[in-house]
Amino acid sequence: MGRRVVITGIGVLAPGGIGTKNFWSLLSEGRTATRGITFFDPSPFRSKVAAEADFDPELHGLTPQEIRRMDRAAQFGVVTAREALADSGLDLAGFDPHRTGVTIGSAVGATTGLDNEYRVVSNDGRLDLVDHTYAPSHLYNHFVPSSFAAEVAWATGAEGPATVVSTGCTSGIDSVGHAVELIREGTADIMITGATDAPISPITMACFDAIKATTPRNDDPEHASRPFDGTRNGFVLGEGSACFILEELESAKKRGARIYAEIAGYASRCNAFHMTGLRPDGREMAEAITVALAEARMNPESIDYINAHGSGTKQNDRHETAAFKLSLGDHAYRTPVSSIKSMVGHSLGAIGSIEIAASVLAMENNVVPPTANLHTPDPECDLDYVPLTARDHRTDAVLTVGSGFGGFQSAMVLARPERSMA
Amino acid sequence: MTAKVVITGIGVATPNGLGVDDFWAATRIGKNAIGPVTRFDAAQYPSRLAGEIHSFTAEDHLPSRLIPQTDRMTRLALVAADCAFEDAGVKPGDIPEFDMGVVTASTSGGFEFGQNELKKLWSQGSQYVSAYQSFAWFYAVNSGQISIRNGMRGPSGVVVSDQAGGLDAIAQARRQIRKGSKLIFSGGFDASICPWGWVAQVAGGRMTTSDQPERAYLPFDADASGYVPGEGGALMILEDAEAARARGAANVYGEIAGYGATIDPKPGSGRESGLRRAIETALADAELAPGQIDVVFADAAGSPDLDRIEADALTAVFGPAGVPVTAPKTMTGRLYSGAAPVDVVSAVLAMREGLIPPTTNVTLAPEYDIDLVTGQARTASVRAALVIARGQGGFNSAVVVRAVD
Amino acid sequence: MSHQEFALEDLKRILLEGAGAEEGVDLDSDILDTDFEELGYESLALLETGGRIEREYGIEFDDDAFAENRTPRALVAHVNGLLQSA
Repeated sequence: MGRRVVITGIGVLAPGGIGTKNFWSLLSEGRTATRGITFFDPSPFRSKVAAEADFDPELHGLTPQEIRRMDRAAQFGVVTAREALADSGLDLAGFDPHRTGVTIGSAVGATTGLDNEYRVVSNDGRLDLVDHTYAPSHLYNHFVPSSFAAEVAWATGAEGPATVVSTGCTSGIDSVGHAVELIREGTADIMITGATDAPISPITMACFDAIKATTPRNDDPEHASRPFDGTRNGFVLGEGSACFILEELESAKKRGARIYAEIAGYASRCNAFHMTGLRPDGREMAEAITVALAEARMNPESIDYINAHGSGTKQNDRHETAAFKLSLGDHAYRTPVSSIKSMVGHSLGAIGSIEIAASVLAMENNVVPPTANLHTPDPECDLDYVPLTARDHRTDAVLTVGSGFGGFQSAMVLARPERSMA
Repeated sequence: MTAKVVITGIGVATPNGLGVDDFWAATRIGKNAIGPVTRFDAAQYPSRLAGEIHSFTAEDHLPSRLIPQTDRMTRLALVAADCAFEDAGVKPGDIPEFDMGVVTASTSGGFEFGQNELKKLWSQGSQYVSAYQSFAWFYAVNSGQISIRNGMRGPSGVVVSDQAGGLDAIAQARRQIRKGSKLIFSGGFDASICPWGWVAQVAGGRMTTSDQPERAYLPFDADASGYVPGEGGALMILEDAEAARARGAANVYGEIAGYGATIDPKPGSGRESGLRRAIETALADAELAPGQIDVVFADAAGSPDLDRIEADALTAVFGPAGVPVTAPKTMTGRLYSGAAPVDVVSAVLAMREGLIPPTTNVTLAPEYDIDLVTGQARTASVRAALVIARGQGGFNSAVVVRAVD
Repeated sequence: MSHQEFALEDLKRILLEGAGAEEGVDLDSDILDTDFEELGYESLALLETGGRIEREYGIEFDDDAFAENRTPRALVAHVNGLLQSA
């Protein structure tokens, strides 16, 4: 076996849970952070609910300059990357910048910043030939969201390879998967990786309204996100970020780092079917899961918990249930499955990383977070979705998955490095 | 495992040529394609020149079902993908679906599509926003649409690192082949020549304000005043060399032999740019000494400060005027994520013909100690080429392409 | 509103604008009773089509309008019903 990759630092910024501790409290207590939208007047929209983060950038150490030039998503990314670095102890221990890289996932980049700046330069859509004299210089950073990776590199001192990974709603898994590959192949020894999105803006609400992907359950925002429930009718848009410090196992051990988990396996596949639709059989996600398990040299039976994509759309939750059965066989029925989107909403590209954080914390605490708001079983979703309350459960290995527009299906296996391997 | 990864098919669309033959015919003679912006009235903007693709009609190439749901950059990419498949002699279905994937780079996504929907949102109301907006503008759209059109269900991805991304995508494609995929599509396309995209690019502060197409984009020239943006890009089919040989691939253009990437330190830190390190990493990865590189396709930013950094890095690695350097992108403008894949295409075509395409319009400023191929193409035996690409924010990527016997 | 009636020709025009036509499908043939799916229009295309009809005719579809009206004939009748009750 070649170089193995472990997580040694975590930073999370999620609705209702800013900072890793608060985030885990929210999940383990089964509280929800979805609410009626407060960022703008939601009355024209079909879906008027979201999981918003109460985030004060100054409180998190960002300078007025940084706040001005960075989109909200970039700010999130910088804050969680710094938290992860501090958590790893590497900020004090020091590291070789040339051997340290950055990958940041984001599905929609600076969409909120772009939405805001468009209104200004177009005079609310009145001008076809938008007015450059109203454009701030940081508009270019919104135009090209690789600025997120640059900001994180600057904030942490990394000077190795850096990029943004943008595969829609699997970005948060794929970004971390990409980082793992860079360490395994020897390109980097340390990766600062994760994902961020802050999409709660009118253009995002409008585009999901148009395809009825988001829930219209506006009368009960706290219980609007209902993954795997028979009454589910769409996802609740969220925002946030999670970042991690990844290190090569032996060097992490050598410096006495706290090791949260090994990223034992990762794979991504495409459905080559439809930009927004899913094949009902779940074949591609099942393939990704199978390949990720093989890479981890683990059997399906060794998975103790499945952190589901569980977006709460009709088609996703069925698709995913089928994929778990196809890839894990009978073990799918014996394994707790839950969706934290019931609590923190769906933050598009960021959520994959936020879910990796939840998975690692489940291992850390031997507690499986629940699927909130799950009261009415759906006959087509017949696994153990851990309804309403967290469960004490020995968790040594977690499968976390993502599914997104463009047809991307990704799977990651997290495990303890000292496990026995098949 | 370090399988050899080779280019077996090419699809290219740039302001000076659609398709490999047109593109190379124009590029080898230094045909300029920079001109006044025609896609909208740019008179009010400080920058008014672009490299536009004028002869592309998507409806001639793509089913009408795809037209309403795609941005221009996606249409260009889908057509280039078709061409690359044809060039490679591979038909969708020849190779198992899970063994084929798509890894593309993007810089700004479907920005023109997004512009139109933002306009509808703010001038008419949210219910006017298209059902396709949720994906037509986002960065992953080209990988998704190409995989759907061609039945590719294997590992796929999308990277965004401004102009450096085009090489990062190729490197990621090579990684996937080394992990066992048989065929990966890679490259990048961008086409954001629309008022909203233009204003965002103007905001970056590095576009030239010149109105003379021949004196506008002048990297390494004493009159360098910024860059001209263009549209287009290239897609390549990458395969494991053994697999390509086994299926009797007709075209084996060259090998992706080395790759290196870095990001510059935070501005103002006083630390050296990471560009030299990216180049050295790529050379080491290819197991080539600087003296074995026959030509460098430069990033050629066109701003004196950035040109200085690149020239210094080249001099540090190759010695003063130690290697022929060229920048055919002076003919087309900078194509963002499409630029470096186009340079990789130029590199393998230069190998094939034994001809280094020229850097047009430029008179080398004496302060740069590089051997810039200006004026006209230069005959040379090209066995290995280095392609450099940089992105705003300090992204540096380098790829070594090597001839295959 | 000037739009009193919604005809098959209106539907065909909107389908073409919003979603194009599947290769091998002739919208000018007798399509009145052909399932939209058979005509090559999946749910996304129908959502786009529905949005365009709503905006042009000032009506509002229920979420399941396209699930319940799966052919051009049914949809045209449904739209006309909505127009009359408007």
